[in-house]
Amino acid sequence: MSEKNPKDVEKKAAEVEQDSADVSDPVNPFVPQPPKSTEAGRAMSTQKMGNVRALADENPNATVLEHDGPTPELVEVRRGQFGTADNDTSGFGGLRRPITRPAGSVPPYGEWYDEAVEIINETVPGAIERVVVDHGGLTLLVHAEKMLELAWVLRDDARLRFEVLPSVSGVHFPADVDHELVVVYHFLSMTHRRRVRVQTAVPETNPHVPSIVRVYPAADWHERETWDMFGVIFDGHPALTRILMPDDWPGHPQRKDYPLGGVPVEYKGATIAPPDERRSYSK
Amino acid sequence: MTDDYYGTMANDDVEADQVYTATGQDWDEIVTSQAERGDELLVVNMGPQHPSTHGVLRLILEMDGETVQKARAGIGYLHTGIEKNMEFRTFTQGATFCTRMDYLTPFSQETAYAMAVEELLGITDEIPEKANVIRVMLLEFNRIASHLIAIGTGANELGATTVMTQAFRNREMILDVFEAITGLRMNHGFIRPGGVPNDVTDEELDVVDETIRFLHWRLPEIAELCNENPIFKGRHVGVGYLDEATCLALGITGPMLRSTGNTWDLRKDMPYLGYETYDFDVITRDEGDAYAKFRVRQDELYQSLRIVEQCRDRLRKMQGARHIVDDPKIAWPAQMAVGGDGIGNSNEHIKHIMGESMEGLIHHFKIVTEGFHVPAGQAYAAVESPKGELGAHVVSDGGTRPWRAHFRDPSFNNLQAVSALAEGAMMSDVIVAVASVDPVMGGVDR
Repeated sequence: MSEKNPKDVEKKAAEVEQDSADVSDPVNPFVPQPPKSTEAGRAMSTQKMGNVRALADENPNATVLEHDGPTPELVEVRRGQFGTADNDTSGFGGLRRPITRPAGSVPPYGEWYDEAVEIINETVPGAIERVVVDHGGLTLLVHAEKMLELAWVLRDDARLRFEVLPSVSGVHFPADVDHELVVVYHFLSMTHRRRVRVQTAVPETNPHVPSIVRVYPAADWHERETWDMFGVIFDGHPALTRILMPDDWPGHPQRKDYPLGGVPVEYKGATIAPPDERRSYSK
Repeated sequence: MTDDYYGTMANDDVEADQVYTATGQDWDEIVTSQAERGDELLVVNMGPQHPSTHGVLRLILEMDGETVQKARAGIGYLHTGIEKNMEFRTFTQGATFCTRMDYLTPFSQETAYAMAVEELLGITDEIPEKANVIRVMLLEFNRIASHLIAIGTGANELGATTVMTQAFRNREMILDVFEAITGLRMNHGFIRPGGVPNDVTDEELDVVDETIRFLHWRLPEIAELCNENPIFKGRHVGVGYLDEATCLALGITGPMLRSTGNTWDLRKDMPYLGYETYDFDVITRDEGDAYAKFRVRQDELYQSLRIVEQCRDRLRKMQGARHIVDDPKIAWPAQMAVGGDGIGNSNEHIKHIMGESMEGLIHHFKIVTEGFHVPAGQAYAAVESPKGELGAHVVSDGGTRPWRAHFRDPSFNNLQAVSALAEGAMMSDVIVAVASVDPVMGGVDR
């Protein structure tokens, strides 16, 4: 989710706007419309915003662009009530924020990363979809079906030797069509004192990832938690049952479409809404 | 969203042949009626409300007489959805939530979380040195407090009540330090992205001094009571054994791993917060049993005390230095004072926004309602908590609230070892084995 090159994102977003220029400009009844044709600049920016809105209205979830190389893919344009965008300081434009998938990094990646990526490409060809070097760490985006094979190599290859799997968890991106559920593995090499993050994305409609419990027994409870919280099915897990929630619980609580819940609280005469129903100041 | 992929309902029609509900005073009846069915295994539910399960842990034991054939841990009774809640709060408020996970090591969660957010903000190098020294001091005091609980409750479950009272008395002195510095004895929310909100004054360092003196005086009592005590050794030696390879396979870290001879300690091997500049030893033992784990924890008390002393000396020389980053957006709220209504607030800040600057007030409103933006990305920061590696995986989408905050709690991971520790042992050894894991269910279930 790194934004290596925000300019590119803007450019892509702008291209999208141009592509959809023929879509008629809808009027949001909840946003006061600025007076027309007072200032050319403002009118233009409103026009632009209108197009983005049209785009987002037409594809409420996602706008995945064609990409090659290290360009972050636009996943979603999130809009809110407040904020400024596109030099529109009137406030009427509302908030507009592009959400992107991480851009791949270009080799050489530096440190020990190049060697590790090379070893993995040799031993498990086709596993790595993308390499992201960000925030001082190496992240490998891999294909789900190669996960088990990769785990064997990560653990047993003497040049990698990631003996310990500290953590498996999930992240939910409902707007990223066909990549909604991301499973994130953090591996630790005590021999080399290194960490690597491996993540794989699966669609919500078919959330299957091979279990790596047979390689890393530590993954047992972590995978159960990820199943419990996100509904990712780990094929080959010895007993994939709920772990934190009761056995008969419906739904997967950490998914974004699962409500937080809560009741309004009365305090000194005022009523405070539960956190997920309060007015949001940011999107 | 709802899919019964694994048929959790499928086995509903399978029922146990015989169910006993023990209500107290009826053990003889149960024993008699089970004796008639002597060839069958007895499944015992230990917990979720049992004094020796460190909270609400449920152990499902298949007993053949007194021997444990199978041991399974049932968890989730203390699941409070802290991670989900954090997605609805600002990054600053997150510290207040994650501190409540493992309530015996609040500073570890706060530090891991703060380090992950700082990594995302790219301000790791800008954190003032003083903030890191204060963090280290609190973390190490916290390690002593947590180990004291592990030792004290572990002994208490065997009937050694004196060890428990001594451990809790010593811990009380450490909580006094926490109260002096952070204002709270538990659930501090003190270590925040950017630094720590309040300075440590000379008076507070005097409390630290007093506590260090007290601990030097009182900590050795535990060793005198337990180390060579034949009953204590009889219950611990050779019980709850786990070797190094199993520990690594199960991802077990912390004192459990170090009791097998492995020297892995994040403070030494992947230093953070400037741990490489402190003088301390990593404690290891080779036996890998409950006694070794007890001795590792006990010896770590003194190493942590060494680090605390070094922190105190450094803080004495750093009076007046910054303790939070020089960025008003991230640093708010800081320099709190206790007001008449008991709510902390910065008097200087109130004066500024209410009397001097309209823009200041606007910014204040924006920071309070919205929070600061954290660039999109993800970071994993790990600290050596008293129980092992505690990792915080924080994902930001560029907004003012975490898109996802996941905590890798060492207790959650280490509890997987219960089967390996308890199977084949006596039921009474299960209690020792679980105590040697030192699980805290608040952290396990989050």
